[in-house]
Amino acid sequence: MNLLKNFALSLVGATLVVGLWALVSTTISKDLPSPIKTWTESKVYILQPFDKRGEMDQGILRMAAYSLYRVAKGFLLAILIGTPLGFLLGNSLLLSKMFDPVIQILRPISPLAWLPLGLILFRQSEPAALFTIALCSMWPTVINTMQGVRSIPQDYLNVATVLRLSPWRRFTKVLLPATLPYMFTGYRLSLGLAWLVIVAAEMLTGTPGVGGFLWQEYNSLIYSHILLCILTIGLVGFALDRLMGIAETRLRAA
Amino acid sequence: MTRIELKNANKSYGTRQVLANINLAVQEGEFVSIVGASGSGKTTLLKMAAGMIQPDSGAALSNGEALNGFPHRASIVFQNYSLLPWLSSLENVILAVESGFPEWTATRHQEQAERYLQMVGLGKAMAKRPSQLSGGMRQRVAIARAFAVEPEILFLDEPFGALDALTRQTLQQELAQLCQLRKPAATALMITNSVDEAILLSDRILTLGRNGNRGESPAATLSDGVDVPFPRPRPADLMTGSEDAVRIRARLTGFLSSGVRRRAPVSHLQSVSVPLEA
Ligand SMILES: Nc1ncnc2c1ncn2[C@@H]1O[C@H](COP(=O)(O)OP(=O)(O)OP(=O)(O)O)[C@@H](O)[C@H]1O
Ligand SMILES: [Mg+2]
Repeated sequence: MNLLKNFALSLVGATLVVGLWALVSTTISKDLPSPIKTWTESKVYILQPFDKRGEMDQGILRMAAYSLYRVAKGFLLAILIGTPLGFLLGNSLLLSKMFDPVIQILRPISPLAWLPLGLILFRQSEPAALFTIALCSMWPTVINTMQGVRSIPQDYLNVATVLRLSPWRRFTKVLLPATLPYMFTGYRLSLGLAWLVIVAAEMLTGTPGVGGFLWQEYNSLIYSHILLCILTIGLVGFALDRLMGIAETRLRAA
Repeated sequence: MTRIELKNANKSYGTRQVLANINLAVQEGEFVSIVGASGSGKTTLLKMAAGMIQPDSGAALSNGEALNGFPHRASIVFQNYSLLPWLSSLENVILAVESGFPEWTATRHQEQAERYLQMVGLGKAMAKRPSQLSGGMRQRVAIARAFAVEPEILFLDEPFGALDALTRQTLQQELAQLCQLRKPAATALMITNSVDEAILLSDRILTLGRNGNRGESPAATLSDGVDVPFPRPRPADLMTGSEDAVRIRARLTGFLSSGVRRRAPVSHLQSVSVPLEA
């Protein structure tokens, strides 16, 4: 019952926003495509979501899939680097004192700043995009893992001590499971960031994907497709976060 | 052979001295208990004797050699159980067995763990996580984990701390039997807040308290101790059946409360005009 009520309320909210959009598009900003115009101009992308008509003219889900694949690779890179780094910094006060300021400085740098550097380093758009995604989305994983390692209760560490666990077993049997919930919170935030970065990365590199498509349609003055892309980005990001959220609660309950 | 030993050990946390000049020697096969008020430093003493924390001065030894970390073939029951919450009771015990007998096969590890869980009456709760168990059941898992490695030395920190009287009695009997399981019997150092429990289980009882030194430094010291000359294991109704046991209890209770009486409110002592040290 409550679920139904919440769903109804979100529908009302969404309708209000679409109404506002319609109002703005007919009054203040005539360049903004109205919801109806957006639908009629975009429906071929939505109704045949996996069609491929040309390099930059493909169904919206196909585009989203390209982006997701790229995000998956960048995200994987981010957690493969970020998790061990977090463990290292969490375990060593010396290292964390050394690198904490560096991390705090690297963390707020925008993907738009990293991308040109990636292009210089790799001379190709794909690795540059991955480099940017990984570098931008890594930090929540590093910081949360570090935090997780630091907040392992002394009791669990005592167990490892009195059982005389080898360093490897101490890691797999105690440190890792105790840190897992924190790590996952980091992964969730990192994935969110990776999805944010993908659009910028694709825009600048012009690779096929939701971001690349958005930029191309802006240059071709087809504004309704920009709105289509924006909506897609939002919905996919929302779905990703929900999935990670479910995985996270499963993990905490276990 | 002296299996557990502290020599002139002192320990402070920050500027506050908790333990002063602790001397303790537990012989092979002996069961020694320490009773003391809450916060007097019992856990600190035990962890020092177990090599888990270093004394500021003095030494912790086993077999005459300085301890380097937690001793081999020893186990400990922590005051707060300290089970790993992401493992089932069985897995918690298996982890200990694996560490105690690395040369065994996985099947043998599991059999050993199951046997000890059954011994403490947890045959049906082996698959449960600690969070699904009652306090008493967790305590049992912790005891099974400690005994499943067939330790020569046992450290027990209020192993029945949070239990009701009935469960406590059952587990005391189980503990007494487990200690006799191996020959020679396990050497044990137990912390408890119950004088009766100490009398029931130990060969010798020491009190930890601040009675020796009044004034600014409230560091606790260890008393000489009282012998409990009954053969082990003992009947659960020892306290009602034996006058000697009652006499020992009176002596220990005297030890413990003398420290408390001396720290009576100052205003009260002043209003009665009796010399303090009389
Ligand atoms: N790691 C620590 N850092 C600072 N102070 C500590 C630490 N551990 C214990 N203390 C202090 O030392 C004193 C003795 O603590 P301890 O845990 O040994 O007492 P206890 O006799 O075991 O108490 P209880 O009966 O409540 O278990 C307490 O005042 C406590 O606050
Ligand atoms: Mg204690």
